[in-house]
This record gives sequence, structure tokens and C-alpha cells, in this order.
Amino acid sequence: MRYKKMAPTSITTWLRIRGSYYFWVLVFFLFIFGIASFLYYATVKVDYVWRWYRIPQYFYYHDKVEILSEIEGKITKIIQKNGQAVVFIQEDGQVKQYTVPFKSLQVSEGDLIYPGDVLSSHEALRPGILLLGLWLTLKVSMIAISIGIIMGLITGLCRISSNPALKWTAITYIELVRGSPLLVQIFIWYFVLGTVLNAMFSRAGLPQIPPLWYGVASLAFFVGAYVAEIVRAGIQSIHRGQMEAARSLGMTYANAMQHVILPQALRRILPPLAGQFISLIKDSSLLGIIAIRELTKATREVVTTSLQPYELWFVCALLYLILTFSLSMFVQYLERRIVIS
Amino acid sequence: MIDVQNVSKTFYVPHIVKALRNVTCKVDFGEAVVVIGPSGSGKSTFLRCLNRLEVAEEGHIYVDGIDILDRKTNINKVRAEIGIVFQSFNLFPHKTVLQNVTLAQTVVRKRSKEEAKNKAMALLEKVGIPEKANVYPDQLSGGQQQRVAIARSLSMDPKVMLFDEATSAIDPEMIREVLNVMQTLASEGMTMVVVTHEMGFAREAADRVIFMDGGRIVEEGSPEEVFDNPVEERTQKFLSQII
Repeated sequence: MRYKKMAPTSITTWLRIRGSYYFWVLVFFLFIFGIASFLYYATVKVDYVWRWYRIPQYFYYHDKVEILSEIEGKITKIIQKNGQAVVFIQEDGQVKQYTVPFKSLQVSEGDLIYPGDVLSSHEALRPGILLLGLWLTLKVSMIAISIGIIMGLITGLCRISSNPALKWTAITYIELVRGSPLLVQIFIWYFVLGTVLNAMFSRAGLPQIPPLWYGVASLAFFVGAYVAEIVRAGIQSIHRGQMEAARSLGMTYANAMQHVILPQALRRILPPLAGQFISLIKDSSLLGIIAIRELTKATREVVTTSLQPYELWFVCALLYLILTFSLSMFVQYLERRIVIS
Repeated sequence: MIDVQNVSKTFYVPHIVKALRNVTCKVDFGEAVVVIGPSGSGKSTFLRCLNRLEVAEEGHIYVDGIDILDRKTNINKVRAEIGIVFQSFNLFPHKTVLQNVTLAQTVVRKRSKEEAKNKAMALLEKVGIPEKANVYPDQLSGGQQQRVAIARSLSMDPKVMLFDEATSAIDPEMIREVLNVMQTLASEGMTMVVVTHEMGFAREAADRVIFMDGGRIVEEGSPEEVFDNPVEERTQKFLSQII
């Protein structure tokens, strides 16, 4: 390729060529600054004492960890091993051993010990309730999304099948799930299905399924219906000639789907899928009603104890934004990669 | 090689159209048959019935002795033996030219990657674009794309090749290169059924010409008979309109 040699430009020519672009960039930043200033002004005007310094404790806090003896006896020996100390306590020929961090050891060999005596005491950093909630939201959403993709793909393929049993089952599922409130679906999963299943399990002597998994199931079932419609639209947007070309080469329907149709459809459905999954992350906030302490429920609990609704709900929104924005960026990265390959 | 007996086909969506009415014809091994006719005459439907892309409702179609309308016939096996080239190329846009030509070989014929690649390169050589092997289809001209599509069909070692208006969507300047490839195939003794508007090609390459109108075969014969001394009035009218 040939490049024209650039003539030295004066500031006025530069302004004429690029000026209007940078003018509108400036307009954008002024706009954002304006909104931010207004928000800040509003927060100052609200009759509320802002105590942001009290927020970090809900992310992590220092906890005092004490290891107590459960028996009465004499410490016969202490062995040091990779920064840990193993304490042996003997009582009437019976030996019990405790492993504690060596640095925080508060006893020595030969001490007489009574139940409840402190063997070691140290401070540990613990994740706070908001961080735990954030983690749970992330975990629940990711599992639901993974199952939802599989369910959606299968349902989407059934939806375009010519077999009425498959097709009508898919339509029924999609319409029922899309047409009813997620809140009600969660109730049904936990209080109806959950009760029945757990009763059956307990009669069979099996362990109970905790609410978390009913929550995950309801979200996966919910998002699967939306994914199915996205998959269907993606497949149908691929020109009919692609399927004809693949089939006329002797490929089976499954081969043609796998090698020709789905790889092309995937590119087109990534953007709407990302939107759906962002929605799902936010919808997971409804799981609080069946006692799953995800981010929103965690925030609500902290609000009731700390009486700091403003700071906490802002933080809650910001945490959701971090999750959704990361997902959005990840999908954009995928889109770019797929287009290149 | 191909034996079509009393085949009829009606489309119900979006309108009721009788596309084929009692079509009967035979294509012998090694023969190149060109089907001509006005648009809507059923010639494309006829061609697509031959590998069951459209399912004929009545009659029988035998390809290499196999009844392709029989429910027990494994249609995928039959289709692997019948190559078809479409008007709109239908190359796989997410695969390179080479992958387009190797895909069905590895998936359907279970050839090794190496074998499929060698075969593909030989075929790309034959259609004259080996240098485009690692390019994506959207970077090729229409004529080049169609030649890749021909190579893709040939990679299955078909016994019959079907061409469905293969040059209709190509720039006039590029048509020649595609017709040359088709002519080479015909001269090599490939059994071919060609639906086309290229009367010059029909005259040069066809062993037999079929004129269709209104879902029927109106006239059939050697190129000289059909083009120079058409018997039917409808054929005469059609030929006078286009030449």
C-alpha cells in the first residue's frame, strides 16, 4: 500500500479536519460530568448522614479465632511443623492432639489444661456478608447459565423440528415459562416441587436437596426458554441454501447442524444471548424469597441491621454492575474471536 | 442412470402451484442433458426432485437403480453420489475454500484429513483456483465461488452432477470460466443434468436438450433438433423470444 506524504498541518487545518470530532467527545464528557455532579448535589441535599467508612466491614472483617481445649490434662509435648504446632494433651493415658498456628501459641509443654482454656488466639480476615452474597449470586447465575444454554439449545432444536411431539412440547415450555412471573416459578419450584421431592427423599432415607439447588433449577429452567427462542431465531436466520448444500453432500441432519448451521448461528446469537444472561444475573435477586442469601438478600439483611440503606443499595447496584459489565466484555471478546476464526 | 417415471409435484405454500405434471424421462450413463424453459416451467423443481431436495408426490425416480422415493432408502447415501451446484453457490461462509471442499469428505466419506486435502487440492487445480485454498468465500468473485462449489460437489466422487442455473447469479464476464469447467466435465463423460439459460452452452455441450413449460416436458431431442427444427409451437415461440 502507498501512503501519501503528509504535509505539515497547522493548528487551523487540524481543527477543520478533526475539530468537530473532538468537540463532540468534549460534549460527551461534559454530559457525564453534569449527571455526576447532579447526583452528587442530590446526595448532599438529602437529609441523610453518609457513613461510607462503615461499608468495608461488610466486605471483609477481622475476626478473633481462638482454639480451646475440650479436655482436662497435661501438655506432654509440642511439635513444630511448617509453621504449625501440634499440641499433645494427655489425660489418664488418653492423648488428644490439636494443630494450631505456631505464632499464636499461648501454652507451653508441661502446662496443666482445663476444658475451655485457650490454646491459641489469632486474628483472621473473614469475607463479609456482601462479598459472600456476591459470590453466591455469581455462582448461582453461572450454573444457571450453563444449564440454560444446554436446555435452550435442545429446546430450540426441538422447536424447529417437524415432529409434533417435540415441537409442541417445546412451544408449551417456552410459552409457559416466558409468560409467567419468575417469582411464581421460584415459589413453585421450591414450595411445590421441592416439598414433594424432599418428602420422597426423606422417605427413601436420602439427604434433602437444599433450597439453593431449587433456586438454580428455577433460574436455569427460566433462562432456557429464552435461550431456546434466541437459538431458534439464530438457526432460522441462516439461509436455507446452507442446509440444502450440506444435505445434498450426503451429510445427515445432525452433521449439517453441527458443522454448518450452528457455527454460523452462534455468531449471530451471541449479542442477544449476552443480553439474556445479564438479565438473568439481575433476576437472580428474586432468589432471596426462598432464603438463598444472594447479593440482594444479603444487602437487605445488612440494611435492617445497620440502618444505612443509601450506601448499601448503591454498593449493591455497583456490584451487580461489575458482574454484568464483566460478562458483557467477555461476550464481546468472544464475538471478536469467533469472527476472526 | 436416472429414470424418472410419471413424476408430479405440487406446492401448497404459499399458493397451490402444480410444478411438475407427469414428467417422464431417462438420463443415460455419461450423458449430458440440458433442461431449458421459461421461468416457472418447473425445470428447477425437476432437478431438485432428483436428489430429493423436493419430494415428488407421485411417480418413481430411480438413480443408479435405487428408488429414491422409497422410505427405506437411505437418502444420505444416495445424495453423496449426486452432486448439485446451486444458483446461489451456497458455500459455507465460515470455512475456507479448502475446508469447504474437505468437510463432506471427512464427515461423510470418512476420509483422513491428509487424503481429503490432497483430493481437494487436486480438484481446486482442476477448476483453476488452487491459489485461493486458504481464502474465505466472501473474498472470491461469483465465478470463483461457483467453481469452488463445483469442486466441493466433485470431492464426493459423484456419479451424477446436477447444475441448477449455475451461471445465473454470476457477472457476465465470469460466466465463461464456470462454463468451461462444466464443458470439461461433460467431455470427460460425467453424467450431467444442467438447468440453464445459456443456449450457447446447451448447443455445444449437450447430448440432449429438454424443453419444459408448465411443469411438462414439451419437447426433447438433440441440440440440433430442438434449436434448429423445433416441432412444438411453444418451443418455437420460446426460442424466438430469447435468440
